[in-house]
Amino acid sequence: MSASTPTNPPAQVLRPDRSRNRLGYNILALVTAALMAFPVYWLIVSSLRPNHEIRSYDQTLWPSSLTFDNFARAVKQDNFATAIQSSLIVSVTAVVGGMVIATLAALAIGRFRFFGRKALMMVMILVQMLPPTAMLIPIYLQLNALGGIDEYWGLIVVYLVSTLPFATIMIRGFVINIPVELEESAMVDGCTRMGAFRRVIFPLLAPGLAAASIFALVNAWNEYLFAYILINDNSKYTLNVWLMTFTTERGTDYGALMAASTLISVPVVIFFMIIQGKMATGLTSGAVKG
Amino acid sequence: MTAADTQAAGPPVPPVPRAPEKIGTPPSSPSSPSGQDAARTRPKKRRKSGELLPYLLILPAILAIAAVYVYPLIKTVIMSFQDLGRAALWGNGETPWVGFEQFTNILGDPEFWSVTGRTVVFMTLCVVLTMGIGLLIALMMLRLSTWVRLTLTVALIAAWSMPLMVAASVFRWLADSDYGLINTLLADITGDEDRWLGHNWFLDPWQGFGIITLLVVWGAIPFVVITLYAALTQVPRELEEAAALDGASAFGVYRFVTWPVIKPVFTMVATLSVIWDFNVFGQIWLLRGNKPEPDYETLGLYSFSKAFESTSFSQGSAIALITVLMLSGVAVYYLRQLIKTGEVE
Repeated sequence: MSASTPTNPPAQVLRPDRSRNRLGYNILALVTAALMAFPVYWLIVSSLRPNHEIRSYDQTLWPSSLTFDNFARAVKQDNFATAIQSSLIVSVTAVVGGMVIATLAALAIGRFRFFGRKALMMVMILVQMLPPTAMLIPIYLQLNALGGIDEYWGLIVVYLVSTLPFATIMIRGFVINIPVELEESAMVDGCTRMGAFRRVIFPLLAPGLAAASIFALVNAWNEYLFAYILINDNSKYTLNVWLMTFTTERGTDYGALMAASTLISVPVVIFFMIIQGKMATGLTSGAVKG
Repeated sequence: MTAADTQAAGPPVPPVPRAPEKIGTPPSSPSSPSGQDAARTRPKKRRKSGELLPYLLILPAILAIAAVYVYPLIKTVIMSFQDLGRAALWGNGETPWVGFEQFTNILGDPEFWSVTGRTVVFMTLCVVLTMGIGLLIALMMLRLSTWVRLTLTVALIAAWSMPLMVAASVFRWLADSDYGLINTLLADITGDEDRWLGHNWFLDPWQGFGIITLLVVWGAIPFVVITLYAALTQVPRELEEAAALDGASAFGVYRFVTWPVIKPVFTMVATLSVIWDFNVFGQIWLLRGNKPEPDYETLGLYSFSKAFESTSFSQGSAIALITVLMLSGVAVYYLRQLIKTGEVE
């Protein structure tokens, strides 16, 4: 009996209550995880269950059978293909443009000390806090005057600029983590400033750029308010606005809506999983904290 | 098999241990002494071009921000002092200047004050719940087995990655009066079928805002937890143990060792939450099927409906401007926090 005690690792002798408490916390955490993930589960299950179960007064947590009928109806809904096309055109163009401009600005902010640098950063942080509705009215009126309503370019410009502030600040966070000596030694060895950027900075910055652009892409992909106000032409709806067409005067086709929502979320979830590691650090040290 | 397992389990783990080291490394200062030396010895011409370069680099960003943020903001201010209705929008006649009329109209309207009160109460409730639950989950994450922590992280990321539009559809479906799961579950649990089956949650704005709060808090928790957890992992374990050995209670350890370390991050996230929850628009708008009743209007929706439903763009702009002014205090506080922690360097 006394022999068994010394064989225990000393850490456990010091903290005898750790493992006992851990079980309780583990159970609590699993319940929390189930609650947090439940809407995601419900989305997927509802998209796969037969319609008579969806229109039932007695909802069950588990489907009796699985079917792809809802997906078939979702895909056959008018303008599905054009909505995908619109979403892709608008978000990809906006993100590519936004990243080029943001990288240039982030290099300037992260590498040079110039008059107005702090002011620029403060402006970038502050504009992100403006309520979207404050922007919506004047932007709508201005685009209306310029003929940009129902045009992709109007939406692209709005998305591009709305990704700009956080992308700049996020990329700047990555820029300042690249030692300036690397760049300097490349220039001492005969690189031009452009060459040093292309050969030294850009490869080191690439993962940060990827994270920032995925983050921007997800934001643009998920945006619906500006898309709803600025695009009135059914054939140019983005996916999020297209989702609203499942709700008509006769009610909502929840099965098809859930199936369509699942389809739309898949790329977002995949991208999110890819960058989630970067995101916690990017959001705290880069984008949000400045 | 085992190699594949560890690889599959690998990717989600890194952010947790990696976070402190990323945040911990001080940003390398761009104006290192060697850089100054180099500049001094170099010819004058080179320094000149070096001074212009940063301005060239930020020029596109400045133009873009000016076009989509600054100009509209100025336009909002201008419109608030005009009377821009439908006629003027289509170019029929001049837009008359009305001075402070829009503001006196709005500030004298009892509806505006009830909307403002609703917005503030709703924001406070959301922020308190988000930060409270978020902090508790983050603290709990420190005390979990690795696989449970991974499961929880995956659940949080899954919730986080749901597009707002989709999340709102799911919650609308869950709270549906006829076919919603919430009603079915409540009827099963309480056994009171007449009370809950067919219960319309949005008839009474208080209950309706309960569902909306649920959606907002659920959507905000992942960011709060992951950020706070990253901050918590920076608290030196030795300090906590030393305090516990010296006889500090669990709360004492938290209050005097853990809290001071995470306080800056907590303040930052709380401030952001205040701003985000004050501006909540989409969740209400989508849960009410794009046509929120007046009882569901917060300041953002109030401004939106004045502008786009009543086509009184000036009224809408003036309300938006008042909202911006209300929030500017919070925004300045946030900015001061950032400057204090040296993030705007």
